[in-house]
Amino acid sequence: MDISPESLLDMHERMVRIRTFEEEAGKLMEAGKVPGALHLYVGEEAVAAGIMVHLSNDDQITSTHRGHGHLVAKGGDLGRMFAELFGRATGYCKGKGGSMHISDLDLGMLGANGIVGAGPPIAIGAAFSNKYRGTTNVTCCFFGDGASNEGTFHEAANMAALYRLPVVFVCENNGYGEFTSQERHQAIHDVADRAPGYGMPGIVVDGMDAIAVYEAAGEAIARARRGEGPSLLECKTYRFLDHVGVRGMGVVYRTDDEVVEWRRRDPIVLLEERLAGAGLLPAEEAAAVRERVLGQVKAAIAYAESSPHPDPSALLQDVYTLATDAPR
Amino acid sequence: MTTPEAPAARQLPYVLAITEALAQSMRSDPNVFLAGEDVALYGGVFGTSRGLLNEFGPQRVIDTPISESGIAGLAVGAAATGLRPIIEIMFMDFVTVCMDEIVNQAAKMKYMFGGKASLPITIRTMAGGGMSMAAQHSQSLEAWFCHVPGLKVVMPATPYDAKGLLIAAIRDDNPVLVIESKLSLGLTGEVPEEMYEVPIGRARVAREGANFTIVAIGRMLGEALKAADELAADGLDVEVIDPRSLQPLDTETIVTSVRKTHRALVVHEAVRFGGIGAEIAAQVQEEAFDYLDAPVGRVGAPFAPVPFSPVLEAEYIPNAARIAAEARRVIGKAV
Repeated sequence: MDISPESLLDMHERMVRIRTFEEEAGKLMEAGKVPGALHLYVGEEAVAAGIMVHLSNDDQITSTHRGHGHLVAKGGDLGRMFAELFGRATGYCKGKGGSMHISDLDLGMLGANGIVGAGPPIAIGAAFSNKYRGTTNVTCCFFGDGASNEGTFHEAANMAALYRLPVVFVCENNGYGEFTSQERHQAIHDVADRAPGYGMPGIVVDGMDAIAVYEAAGEAIARARRGEGPSLLECKTYRFLDHVGVRGMGVVYRTDDEVVEWRRRDPIVLLEERLAGAGLLPAEEAAAVRERVLGQVKAAIAYAESSPHPDPSALLQDVYTLATDAPR
Repeated sequence: MTTPEAPAARQLPYVLAITEALAQSMRSDPNVFLAGEDVALYGGVFGTSRGLLNEFGPQRVIDTPISESGIAGLAVGAAATGLRPIIEIMFMDFVTVCMDEIVNQAAKMKYMFGGKASLPITIRTMAGGGMSMAAQHSQSLEAWFCHVPGLKVVMPATPYDAKGLLIAAIRDDNPVLVIESKLSLGLTGEVPEEMYEVPIGRARVAREGANFTIVAIGRMLGEALKAADELAADGLDVEVIDPRSLQPLDTETIVTSVRKTHRALVVHEAVRFGGIGAEIAAQVQEEAFDYLDAPVGRVGAPFAPVPFSPVLEAEYIPNAARIAAEARRVIGKAV
């Protein structure tokens, strides 16, 4: 699949935005400035970016507890995102969702989710809706190797193939379900092996290589848009930081060597090398992108920090939709 | 010269009242579809969707695999993107395999997303015992869902309400559980042909009375009305209230009745301990303590799974005799 210089640079900038957002969010968490838990996406940027450059705002995604990267890559507003992490009234969820429920339905981002494996059944619903309404929109369902062991994934995979729904199951296999390594939670090496069992193609791709993700995703998404049904795209990737936060709780469950090894294949560095080699993004221009994005992220944090907390009267608002637009 | 009598109101069994509500809703709104196990070709194992596949086709009447999480999750995703799904969870007992989709996803999405999402999902399911279907096909689990902010819960007792509450649920922009009664499927009553709503959150005074209130939920309405007849022989003038909707609950209608009658009994088929009757009794005592001449009584199933044996099941499920006996106990005339 051909990839234009614009798409390459677009992907790069989305990845830098995710990385910068997450690193600054991690610092804020360590400084005790944001309440609750953050599951950071650092290391997995190539997956979100490689998928999302194919999607419009009318294409949906379902996300996971590690969802910031998905929303950033889908075009999420950084100020409203940080405001949500701070629990402020200006946040995406008015301070009622936080990191694990960050969402933007206008962008087709159907929500980060606190329940592992909740995304696949919701994704097939959105895909069903695309088909029902006669559109060519697709739904991309992000989930992890851990979630591939939930029954919901299997029910959704079966139904997606049965109904030939326009959905791409994107497995972000980072080798760990929380703190349990893949070889300790499933007997297979490739989650994609499960796809043929449901009657859909399963593709394994290097999730640290944004261009490889872009190319494989392009084919799976095009197939879905053509009405040929779902695919399972497994992206082998890695969580550079801990399951929760930056350093976790100090319990050893993976080796430092393993982390160092994966960090040698930093997806942003890999892409920048390719872009520099192709004369598309010299090192100083890459640095300029990082600098510019850092400025945007700092401004977003300042906006969030100066935003008001929710008024206590908001506590009972939005539990129900009060009026109905349905025909009477 | 005789004046012609007004034509008798049309009578319809509960099961066909449901079918009519589904068909009329689908005719009036192209975004409404029905999905569930055996709802299309077979017409539903209880026959509630018979004929719908022929009229609306397989795009809108959809047989699913036996995958309750998949079905309920599909409804969440479809509703979040503009459709108005109706899903059938065949037996209420099977909701246990899609609790996440109902409780963590459908119920909470609007609030968690800061009000942005709207999830007009109707979840139809059959509850209740009396058919020797034992512990996994007979339960009444309504109390669980009344406890979850974001869900609405209705329990139609009559054919009229089976149609009107279902139409109201489908038109509602929130997830609504419509808990139907499998033992009531053949119950016949007046059902207007036109499309109408029974407003969710409004109780009905099924029988007016002066000196005792029975709040009867779901199928227990019929048993409570029988008990009221029996108690009339004792000189007790019983008012029977059908809440129809449990979440939101029309506390006002119940409390207004108790302020008049001074005694109350709540009846449901679900297990008594932790049942919705406990909530109703608590609210009555909070709102009308000074009007009460006796503690609020409760009738429900004993604390055991639903048994298989017809003899044991008859012992298990509340009925008119047990309701009448409890009413006598509440007024201090127990024999």
